[in-house]
Amino acid sequence: MDFANAIILLLNYIFVPALAYGSQLALGAIFVTLIYGILRFANFATGDMMSFGTMVTILFTWYFQSLGISLGFLPTALLAIPFAIIFMASYMLLIDKFVFKYYRVNKSPPVQLAMVSIGVMFVTQAVVRIIIGPSDRRFFDGEKFLIRAGEFKEMTGLNEGLAIKSTQVITIIVTMILVSVLFWFLNKTRTGKSMRAYSDNEDLALLSGIDPKKIVMITWIIAGILATIGGALYGLDKSFKPFTYFNNMLPIFAAAIVGGIGNPFGAFLGGYVIAFSEILLTYAYKKFFMYVLPESMEPEGLVQLLSTDYKFAVSFSILVIVLLYRPSGIFKGKIL
Amino acid sequence: MRKNLNVIAAYSIMMGLIILVGIFQSWNIALSIFNLCLISAVMTMGANIQWGYAGLINFGIMGYTALGGLAAVLISVDPVQEAWSEGGIDILMSLFLIIIMVLAVRYILKRYKKSKIRTYSIASIIILGIIIIRFTAEPGIEAIEAVNPAKTGFLGGFGLPIIFSWIVGALFAGGLAFIIGKVALGLRADYLAIATLLISEIVIAIIKHEDWLTRGVKNVIGLKRPAPYEVNLQQTDWFINLVEKFNLSKLNLISDLSDRQAALNQFVIEGSSVFVKLCYSGLFLVVVIILLILTQKALYSPWGRMMRAIRDNEEAANAMGKNVVKQHLLIFVLGSAIVGIAGAMLVTQDGLFTPGSYRPMRYTFLIWVMVIVGGSGNNFGAILGGFVVWFLWIEAAPIGLYLVNLTTAGLDDSHFLKVHLIESVPYFRFLMMGTGLLLIMRYRPKGILPEKIEIK
Repeated sequence: MDFANAIILLLNYIFVPALAYGSQLALGAIFVTLIYGILRFANFATGDMMSFGTMVTILFTWYFQSLGISLGFLPTALLAIPFAIIFMASYMLLIDKFVFKYYRVNKSPPVQLAMVSIGVMFVTQAVVRIIIGPSDRRFFDGEKFLIRAGEFKEMTGLNEGLAIKSTQVITIIVTMILVSVLFWFLNKTRTGKSMRAYSDNEDLALLSGIDPKKIVMITWIIAGILATIGGALYGLDKSFKPFTYFNNMLPIFAAAIVGGIGNPFGAFLGGYVIAFSEILLTYAYKKFFMYVLPESMEPEGLVQLLSTDYKFAVSFSILVIVLLYRPSGIFKGKIL
Repeated sequence: MRKNLNVIAAYSIMMGLIILVGIFQSWNIALSIFNLCLISAVMTMGANIQWGYAGLINFGIMGYTALGGLAAVLISVDPVQEAWSEGGIDILMSLFLIIIMVLAVRYILKRYKKSKIRTYSIASIIILGIIIIRFTAEPGIEAIEAVNPAKTGFLGGFGLPIIFSWIVGALFAGGLAFIIGKVALGLRADYLAIATLLISEIVIAIIKHEDWLTRGVKNVIGLKRPAPYEVNLQQTDWFINLVEKFNLSKLNLISDLSDRQAALNQFVIEGSSVFVKLCYSGLFLVVVIILLILTQKALYSPWGRMMRAIRDNEEAANAMGKNVVKQHLLIFVLGSAIVGIAGAMLVTQDGLFTPGSYRPMRYTFLIWVMVIVGGSGNNFGAILGGFVVWFLWIEAAPIGLYLVNLTTAGLDDSHFLKVHLIESVPYFRFLMMGTGLLLIMRYRPKGILPEKIEIK
């Protein structure tokens, strides 16, 4: 019985939250990696593009709520996301046309494009803050929990409760669907294959008649989709605050690099690697050991490897280690 | 003279703008803008050495700035005797252990060839070391943080004049840069940018949460000043006489004696803060000028020529027998050290150290905007960038307010759009910086004052 309690404890505090957080990171990391692989620059505006997408989602959610439209037990935001995606994709294409295209056509070095993306970051951040303000926003409605801790205890008769938030389940399901569709698109369709070819070897791809304009356009549209959904899911699960989104750029970068930059599947797994290690290393295991070990061996302290203050530092340390020993990432990306 | 016309023109316009602020807003604001412009100029010089001279991208400026600030705290604060006696030994023990650990790792690295066993043994030494250090340091840290937590709760510093911290800050930042450089300098440019950005974030996390060293988010306030205090100035005779002399024409207009005294007091209060700021300006100006002379000399020296050669064609320079790796490391350390000076200067001016205020937007990306806008590779350009961008950063809110009022003039004062826009005026600075950066990158990619190298 104690063992079951211990397992539920880990599930409740580590596994489920890490899975949800990892999915949110994974979407961002695929976004970074796609831009890096196909457009060949590190996009420092990632976090702010995600916050822009979330902001549009929130605005649509408010609009639907004012019309009285809702999805019952599901959050209204799910209905708003498709509209936000359309908006976001056009925003991305607009930015590309007015900002990035010039440097791409001139074949500027990647560093210059990264600098330009910092300019885009400033502008996007300003637009978000001017439109919706810098404060915390919650836009979740509908049923909050799928399983409440109390209900779970009653059901199973265990001491530990397992609470599963509906946003966590939605996050995981949506991520799985989105990522499978994306991989199917990249691996099976003609356009997806040409995108991969373009990422592998630009000259060869151009020689074999691949239209670069189309590739770039589709990349930005996919980026828009990923940014909106990733951002909106994070906002639903936690809350929306422009500054947090800007900061999230850092673990997202870490995830993309750990997975091997330019490799979407690596980025997907990298998100989970980062999320799990952040939570595993900062969780206080005292209660877990109380269940598992006999009473005489119970630990005195919190048995916490690192204080939660160092949550961010964990992902960066992993990154540094990966950079030192496998500069191409865990799953062979581009060699940098 | 002719050649430098654009430099002189740009700087006179900049000075004119600051003087305009002095006349229309107040001299206090103008001087605080000027001081921060000088500090920004030091930071941009540091970034410019790395980016402009050597083409190294460093997005870790925030981390070095914070380390400089930490140096200011550690140098100037008086030591907390009680904390030292409570937990000092534990801390020294851990420090000793860290040194042993580093030496052991170095020994293994030197002694054995690269193999799986070596990697694993190093990893195990580090992990074991961290665990042992945690156990030795924990009681000490707890004891130190328990000593009068509302006021101290940390070890304090050395109680030296704060000016020394400018040098120590440079050493701290340079030391960190040496470690980072060893690890990360082999990476490709944009990868290096990400790595340095993340490492600076780790530095901030440590400074924020190691309360025994820095008081963390509880902040350290009331640092000693190299300049006189306003309160003391307001009571010294020579200063009052000086202020009286300056404002004689205005004071003579007032005939009533008590009114005249009240007016004089007001002038003295205003004058004292202006005077203090002027003292800082003087100190900062000295630093900027010394650094400018040094960097200019370096730029035109054989060493500077070599750096440019490495920047423009690494492989060719390597083939000519230049040690690219070593030079990159050197310039990375030098540039970061200069940023460290700026960090210490910043804390010196503010008189307080607030780890929570270090944000990448303000301390990394803004500095980069300054370098790019001013003109990378040109020291005068970088300094000018620091001035222009900081000026706009501060004055963006008033300008934004003016623009909002202009564009929404037709709307009612309580119209929701107008109210909303006026509330969000502070964020116009981001918009301004972003569009400014994008426009400069597009239409004047070499900055306001582009790099020009003349052979002397």
